[in-house]
Amino acid sequence: MDSVLTLQTVLSTFDATLRVSTPLILCAMAGLFSERSGIIDISLEGKMLSAAFAAGTLAAVTGSPWVALGGAIVVSVLLGLVHGFACITHRGDQVVSGLAINVLASGLTIVLGIAWFSQGGQTPALASESRFMPLQLPFAETLKGIPGIGPFYESVISGHNLLVYVALLAVPITWWVVYKTRFGLRLRAVGENPLAVDTAGISVSRLRFSAVMIAGALCGIAGAYLAIAQNAAFAREMTAGQGYIALAAMIFGKWRPLPAMLACLMFGFLDAVSIRLQGIELPIVGEVPVQLIQALPYILTVVLLAGFIGRAVAPKAIGVPFSKER
Amino acid sequence: MNTSDIELPAWVEVVLIPVLNILMALFFAGLIILAIGENPVEAVAIMINGAFGYDEAIGYTLYYTTNFIFTGLAVAIAFHASLFNIGGEGQAYIGGLGVGLTFLLLDKYLPAIILIPIGIIAAGLFGALWALIPAWLQAYRGSHIVITTIMFNFIASSLMVYLLVNVLIKPGSMSPETREFDPSGWLPFMHEILAVVGIEVTRTPLNLSFILALICCVLVWAYVWKTRWGYALRTAGQSEAAAVYAGIKPKRIVIITMCISGALAGFVAVNEIMGVHHRLLLNYTAGYGFTGIAVALMGRNHPVGIIMASLLFGVLYQGGAELAFEVPKITREMVVAIQGLIILFSGALALMLRPLIVRLWLAIKPSPTLTQHG
Repeated sequence: MDSVLTLQTVLSTFDATLRVSTPLILCAMAGLFSERSGIIDISLEGKMLSAAFAAGTLAAVTGSPWVALGGAIVVSVLLGLVHGFACITHRGDQVVSGLAINVLASGLTIVLGIAWFSQGGQTPALASESRFMPLQLPFAETLKGIPGIGPFYESVISGHNLLVYVALLAVPITWWVVYKTRFGLRLRAVGENPLAVDTAGISVSRLRFSAVMIAGALCGIAGAYLAIAQNAAFAREMTAGQGYIALAAMIFGKWRPLPAMLACLMFGFLDAVSIRLQGIELPIVGEVPVQLIQALPYILTVVLLAGFIGRAVAPKAIGVPFSKER
Repeated sequence: MNTSDIELPAWVEVVLIPVLNILMALFFAGLIILAIGENPVEAVAIMINGAFGYDEAIGYTLYYTTNFIFTGLAVAIAFHASLFNIGGEGQAYIGGLGVGLTFLLLDKYLPAIILIPIGIIAAGLFGALWALIPAWLQAYRGSHIVITTIMFNFIASSLMVYLLVNVLIKPGSMSPETREFDPSGWLPFMHEILAVVGIEVTRTPLNLSFILALICCVLVWAYVWKTRWGYALRTAGQSEAAAVYAGIKPKRIVIITMCISGALAGFVAVNEIMGVHHRLLLNYTAGYGFTGIAVALMGRNHPVGIIMASLLFGVLYQGGAELAFEVPKITREMVVAIQGLIILFSGALALMLRPLIVRLWLAIKPSPTLTQHG
């Protein structure tokens, strides 16, 4: 047990937790905006994958992480607009549209990647100046000596790249926008009772379109994080289901920003721990299969949705296309 | 003007609009091929030749078609009860577990004539079981079936990795797969059957499960449109309130329909595990469950449509493999992209062209009985 639970391993597990939770948090906030407005968004995965590809490609071509980030956001917002065009303008099925985006992204990123770079679907490896590199927060070195808080600050809080901090900031901002602004009030209203919003003279379509565009932008940042911050290139299928985990986390957080972030951190922690627990005997339970820990986010979400731990109630108008004429 | 209440002739609704939707999807696929600097017309020619040009190609095309018929029917029957089963992939995977367990336990003892039916039943049973849990949760605990079936795909994948790596792996083997089943229980290949009646064709993976797929089409058609259970299923799908009023129990419909749907998806294992691989291995479902969604949307949830859509996807898969071989710049994943476009245009945007076509129709054939809305 000693080898598992030294201070160093605990701190590095927390550090890893934050790193793997970042795209989850960004996508969970994205899903929250979309679903709070009444649009189911299972296309987090596809938007993030396309954005990662765009970021990897642009960073390789231009060498600038900022251009890459911008391009990733543009691509992801465009996919959000496709989702909006299908679900809001043409009142198509929201799940089908989201699935279409995921499948399209999964195929197209590989086709274009191989056609443009001929590296089996990868984009060229990036030099550090075309990526977002770890930042040393102020006083990290000075505070390192203080027992307890010092090493925690130095190795867990400090030393991440910019986008990790962006993700952490996105949570209070989302909370503020959704609960404290006029836009947020209307957003929540349109997800619960669009007819009331329409009667008040506010455009349902416009609100929902802004929501899917915000969702697109956040997924774009998440994709850029994967390709040019956490890793040094785009790899095929690099999102590996994280968009769906984020969706699960958002549901687990009952469509609220802070609980959703905590769920992301929990799922991220499970991921970080599963790698460390491989082949280690724990007291009482023995060796826990890695696959069980990997499946745990999904199992927990199913159990939660079934109402066995609290109740997760979706926005009332979710999934129902709004028709003005009835 | 609200055009959704205006009736169009059946051939426009059932043939013209779906065909236009598919053409739009293929048009965008053509643009992608142009964008990577290849010739789409040439690509289509290579694909069609690669799918139908010689008897081996036809065998492969129909082998893929078999999988798509199973998963397409699975999605379609759930759609009729207005349930969206995204879990075909996981149900097909767990169906394989049923086949695998049956064969590992019994293949040394039973003759093929008994073993094969047991294997088919096990595939269906395990697939149905994997759909039963989300169905029960939807019916009695109110969880959304789309989310639970998505989650169950991932859970199935983890479960199968665990079982194959730790439990079912062939002792002493490095790769996570079971031992090969005893050849006596293999599902006969089509080339073997045809050889018996004196027709020589090239070896392909096409096997007897193709016939099972066609039988399933007939059964699903009869069940949905010709039985009282099918009537109850469609009623509950149209309006739960009306169903309750007619004495139908919607919860029971959810459970039964999802079990049938899961069983149909599980039959993919009959083709893949009993027919082709003859051992249980990782990821043999290869996205067929998701393709089933595109197939059902394209085939308008009708068995005849599903056979045609499955054939088209069979052509795309087999022809796509040939295309990737001939034109290395167009990889096999092009088929996945086309699949995404078809789900988009035949599914999410299925009604996009309708208002335009209604207006055109009215311009050609003005009808005095029209009532204006809005």
